Amino acid sequence: MRILVVEDDKDVAGFVVKGLREAGHVVEHADNGRDGLFLAASEGFDAIVLDRMLPGGVDGLRLLETLRSQGNTTPVLFLSAMAQVDDRVRGLKAGGDDYMTKPFAFAELLARVEALTRRGKGEGPVTKLVVGDLEMDLLSRGVKRAGQKIDLQPREFRLLEFLMRHAGQVVTRTMLLEGVWDYHFDPQTNVIDVHVSRLRQKVDKPFPSSLIHTVRNAGYMLRAEAP
Amino acid sequence: MDPGLRRRRARGRFLARLLDMLPSERVFHSADVRFGLIYAALFGISAAALAAFVWWSTAGLLLRQTEAAIDADVLGLTERYNEGGTAAVRDTIQQRLAANLDDDAIYMLVDPAFRPIAGNLDRWPSVPLDDDAFDLEIRRARGLSKVRVRHFDLPGGYQLLVGRDVEVRGQLRGMLQNALLWAAFIAVLLGTVGAWAVRGLFRATLAEISATAMAISAGDLTRRVRVTGQGEEFDLLAETINDMLDRISRLMDGVRQVSNAIAHDLRTPITRARTRLEDAALHATCEADLRAAIERATADLDGVVSVFQALLRIAEIEAGARRSAFVPFDAAPVLADLADLYCAVAEDGGLVLETDIAPEVQLFGDREMIQQAVANLLDNAIKFSPPGGVVRLAARQGPAGIEIGVADQGAGIPKADRARATQRFFRGETARSTPGSGLGLALVQAVATLHGGALALEDNDPGLRAVLRLPVQAERAALPPA
Repeated sequence: MRILVVEDDKDVAGFVVKGLREAGHVVEHADNGRDGLFLAASEGFDAIVLDRMLPGGVDGLRLLETLRSQGNTTPVLFLSAMAQVDDRVRGLKAGGDDYMTKPFAFAELLARVEALTRRGKGEGPVTKLVVGDLEMDLLSRGVKRAGQKIDLQPREFRLLEFLMRHAGQVVTRTMLLEGVWDYHFDPQTNVIDVHVSRLRQKVDKPFPSSLIHTVRNAGYMLRAEAP
Repeated sequence: MDPGLRRRRARGRFLARLLDMLPSERVFHSADVRFGLIYAALFGISAAALAAFVWWSTAGLLLRQTEAAIDADVLGLTERYNEGGTAAVRDTIQQRLAANLDDDAIYMLVDPAFRPIAGNLDRWPSVPLDDDAFDLEIRRARGLSKVRVRHFDLPGGYQLLVGRDVEVRGQLRGMLQNALLWAAFIAVLLGTVGAWAVRGLFRATLAEISATAMAISAGDLTRRVRVTGQGEEFDLLAETINDMLDRISRLMDGVRQVSNAIAHDLRTPITRARTRLEDAALHATCEADLRAAIERATADLDGVVSVFQALLRIAEIEAGARRSAFVPFDAAPVLADLADLYCAVAEDGGLVLETDIAPEVQLFGDREMIQQAVANLLDNAIKFSPPGGVVRLAARQGPAGIEIGVADQGAGIPKADRARATQRFFRGETARSTPGSGLGLALVQAVATLHGGALALEDNDPGLRAVLRLPVQAERAALPPA
């Protein structure tokens, strides 16, 4: 995927660019708002990682607003030191698709950027999700694995749905908390781990192979075992 | 040296000194001098009014008395003249002179040729005849006297003078004048001294306050304005200032405590991270060791970041900026969701999470904040509960407001610590061994305050019952202004 990183801090930019390239993406970098806007408007990207405070007279919010006013819908993830709730709300209102605050873990950034690019593709309404031998019918809200019916609580269903929609991608705990529970704060205890482990009891335990994998220092990933 | 020149020089020096002593523009703008001058002016006006009254009621009275006596005489003589003509007047004058023991009456009756007919003057004084009344200097038996006389033309060319010797009265008047001049001099003296005294008094009172303020701005926060204990206005001012200083110093203590706590609480994980990194740099023998050390150090730093985030979040809530985003919402499903989230965690720890949530709990506020506050309470309850315990989340809507309670059966918080439990970084004795930052309840408290409610920590026997009391939606007008 082609990703544009607009970030003026050399260390942070270098770290992000290197990490994204290692993950197999093609990365362009701009260190000020003007260049960033030029690149974003003239070339097609799958996602943009955007700092809010930028030199060059065009800050992140302005850049994004200009981009959106031109009908450009490239998914944008804000990466900013401005961490207040109001800042986040302003970023999302300006057309941002996700908002991360500094300091950040790269694994989280990578997971969110990849989730964004998936979202950006717009596959149209889906009624059925399939990963390996796991099937989810979104209309009848039934889940089957290897033809065997699995009973899930409503919340467990939504958790599994989120994992399946992001199958093959790393999903962090924060993403689950936001995506499944719509919570935007950090609980002290590892509530997500407990819920995932319960889901595993039902989805993985009775079967010979596991679908839900723990990704160290990052989160979880749902994927079919490599054949 | 020429004495003239010396004198001129001396005069010049004196003038120069006088000019130096003259107050400059700035002096008149200072409050103490102004108060002194106001005092002097008031004093001067009072003294002048008093002197004027004394003058009017003594010197004026003497003059009026003389005039009245002359008038009475004239009236009597006129009657005599009407009865018996010039001869009767002459007789009356002689009678009156004989009866006048004070020897202050003056009469003179002359014929058309100015020959004296009666009276106690040896000759007709040289006076203009067209005037009615005038003052004269007349040589009399006891010397030169001042007299006041009135003149009448009688029919047939006769002339009559009636008057009074006012020499004694004049002397009295002079004495009075002298006395008043002296009094004026003394008044000026007293006024000046008084003005200085008032200025000094004013200055002394302000100096105390000013000295205290100066000491405080120089950093000595323990200084207070002295209260004289006489209960007057300056004491009131001093007490108000002292109250203000107390409040400032309490706030300063709070800030100092929080910054000390921040420094201390962050020093620990930063030290740990630093030690790990340095240890790895010095002693790691393989890449796996290095990676492990770096990962653990990163986790420590993440802990530091989360403490910062919690602090900033509390500050953000306390600032009240989010109040504009308040909306009415039903808290019942929000609480049920939270119970759902924490139910699994509780069961994992061998606990039971019971809920008793009313079907509808209408709140006016920020949904995310309420979520986070209740999540913090549930976190705490689960963290401090012994295995097998019951954690209970209850919510109900009463007439007094909304109560959201989280009760556990853990060790609770000793009564003595409860007031401090909501301070930033406070950690009870029993909590020291468990992970946490000591910011959870501080955040709940901030959320409660922002919503116009309160957080109460009560006994659950055993355990703790944390109750979030919030006003009902109808009372949204009662919220403190944002």
